[in-house]
Amino acid sequence: MIADFDYQFFIEVLVGGLLSGVMYSLVAIGFVLIYKTSGVLNFAQGALLLFAALTFVSLVERGVPFALALVATFAIMVAIGIAIERTVLRPLTNKPPITLFMATLGLSYIIEGAAQLIWGTQVHGLDLGIEDVPLEVGGVLISQFDIFAAVVAAGMVLLLSLFFRYTRIGLSFRAVADDQFAALAVGLRLPLIWATVWAAAGLVALVAGLLWGARLGVQFSLSLVVLKALPVLVLGGFDSILGAIVGGLLIGASEKLAEVYIGDYFGGGIESWFAYVVALVFLLIRPSGLFGQKLVERV
Amino acid sequence: MTAITDEFSSAPVLPKWIAPVLLLAFAYGVVPLIGSSYLFEAILLPFLALSLAGVGLNILTGYAGQVSLGSAAFMAAGAFAAYNFYLRVEGLPLIGSIVLAGIVAAAIGIVFGLPSLRLKGFYLAVSTLAAQFFVQWALTKFSWFSNDSASGVIDAPKLLISGFAFDGAVGRYLFALTVVSILTFLAYRLVSSQTGRNFIAIRDNETAARIIGIPVLKTKLLAFAISSFIIGVAGVIWAFAYLRTVEPDGFDLDRSFQILFIIIIGGLASIRGAFFGAALIVVFPLALSRLGGFLLGDVFDSGVLDMSQRIVLGALIILFLILEPDGLVALWDRVRRRLLFAWQST
Repeated sequence: MIADFDYQFFIEVLVGGLLSGVMYSLVAIGFVLIYKTSGVLNFAQGALLLFAALTFVSLVERGVPFALALVATFAIMVAIGIAIERTVLRPLTNKPPITLFMATLGLSYIIEGAAQLIWGTQVHGLDLGIEDVPLEVGGVLISQFDIFAAVVAAGMVLLLSLFFRYTRIGLSFRAVADDQFAALAVGLRLPLIWATVWAAAGLVALVAGLLWGARLGVQFSLSLVVLKALPVLVLGGFDSILGAIVGGLLIGASEKLAEVYIGDYFGGGIESWFAYVVALVFLLIRPSGLFGQKLVERV
Repeated sequence: MTAITDEFSSAPVLPKWIAPVLLLAFAYGVVPLIGSSYLFEAILLPFLALSLAGVGLNILTGYAGQVSLGSAAFMAAGAFAAYNFYLRVEGLPLIGSIVLAGIVAAAIGIVFGLPSLRLKGFYLAVSTLAAQFFVQWALTKFSWFSNDSASGVIDAPKLLISGFAFDGAVGRYLFALTVVSILTFLAYRLVSSQTGRNFIAIRDNETAARIIGIPVLKTKLLAFAISSFIIGVAGVIWAFAYLRTVEPDGFDLDRSFQILFIIIIGGLASIRGAFFGAALIVVFPLALSRLGGFLLGDVFDSGVLDMSQRIVLGALIILFLILEPDGLVALWDRVRRRLLFAWQST
């Protein structure tokens, strides 16, 4: 078994895994944005992703040009962000984080239901104009689409980091994340900041929704990609964008490798839970995660 | 504070046991005589199973403060364990296999509760999802669990206890009612015991609980074990008495959320709350489909119904969290107090 170990195949699996990990990271970043600024684990991120992708596809199918559909969907996501801040977050200010989490669980039901009530439940194909032809790099086959996704993810992370570092509103995000009361005391407008954060999360959901939608088809199961992002978050820490990236890569790679090399011993199909086990084992050894702040609710 | 209590103390206070006893007398004596089979099959049986699951989760989440998103996994574990014990162990009575199934669910609960020793809050909630996916995967993957049945769906055995068969809708209702009553009574005793107080202490302040000498780790695992035992038995009721088939698909993530919603809507840290919540969760979709069909006619097909159910359910959760964080129980108590007071002052 060891003697005829196929390195090229191994690397192919590894690279494929890393690139699919990027797709997980894309979803995870949306969670991190909201957690960083409001301390809420936003379970509705998957529903937002579904809503964004479904709205975009339905607009395009009704003859709206690509760019216009993109802008319109983003505008709708911003409106949803503001509506959520008004109706859900504001009345629940200063409630324990777990209450807010349960509220986002309810929110995800509302958004999923609304998305499908408005646009229907059928599966839509989504063509972003990128051919999914494998590319040969040094004898290793890599999906072109995956590379595109990785580039988009890298661009988004760069953009977000610049935004957090250099813009006034980005700075106030960090202030709110540090200490909500102090931020309020120096006169930062919490509602405005939260609405902006949710709009940013909506943008991330839109990008992730389009990439995942092009992969899987735009349909209800799209909202289940959150379940793929959660172990990434546990591993990387809920409050670190870098953690979301590295966690995504680790989870993606180990999941693919496990599926290929040890999956057969379990009878296959282990990807539904393997990521969780990786995250849990890691946390048992190092409870603060990869990059998470130590003071977060962990022993 | 004192003013409020004084105001109501003049109302006649009945002994605490009166209400449950009257309720049980009604459930045993009157309901079987007047209920239609629709009432039993579509409302009372799922209500009883989900209430029991809610009681189980409430012990873990409401009292001990550990949020779990994997309840359906423990229901599935209980249902499949009971089925396999009954099938494979010669001469084991049904009650025996139900108790053993609860113990299996409790053991699985302890294993998946281990992360709670190091993780809290969201991290723990997410890690309980591991139980959800792993158990569901194992039950679908290994056909041994479903006795190599091709479809993975198996008929539940007859409810036979010392020669007496609980047949028909009424029989299964009485069986479920009995199991649920016994376990609820035990759960009620538990939460008012030293152990129950320990759970609450850990929920409210873990460090303080440790300082006053509560063995935190042991107590947390105990909470997981007891909660999973009850949820496991609820799974048996769900599969054996309500659905009469045992299949992994019914115990998916949505079911786990449903049970969590039951205790949020009903009231966290309240045994009664689970029953209030379950009643709402079971009756509300039926009512909504009747109402929708009545108001909108043909437009209201099953797809629309499904979606509007999701929307209304989600909205209910948020409304309860904002307006009545203590759930239906708090609402009920307030209404009752007001009525008693109004009755007093006339």
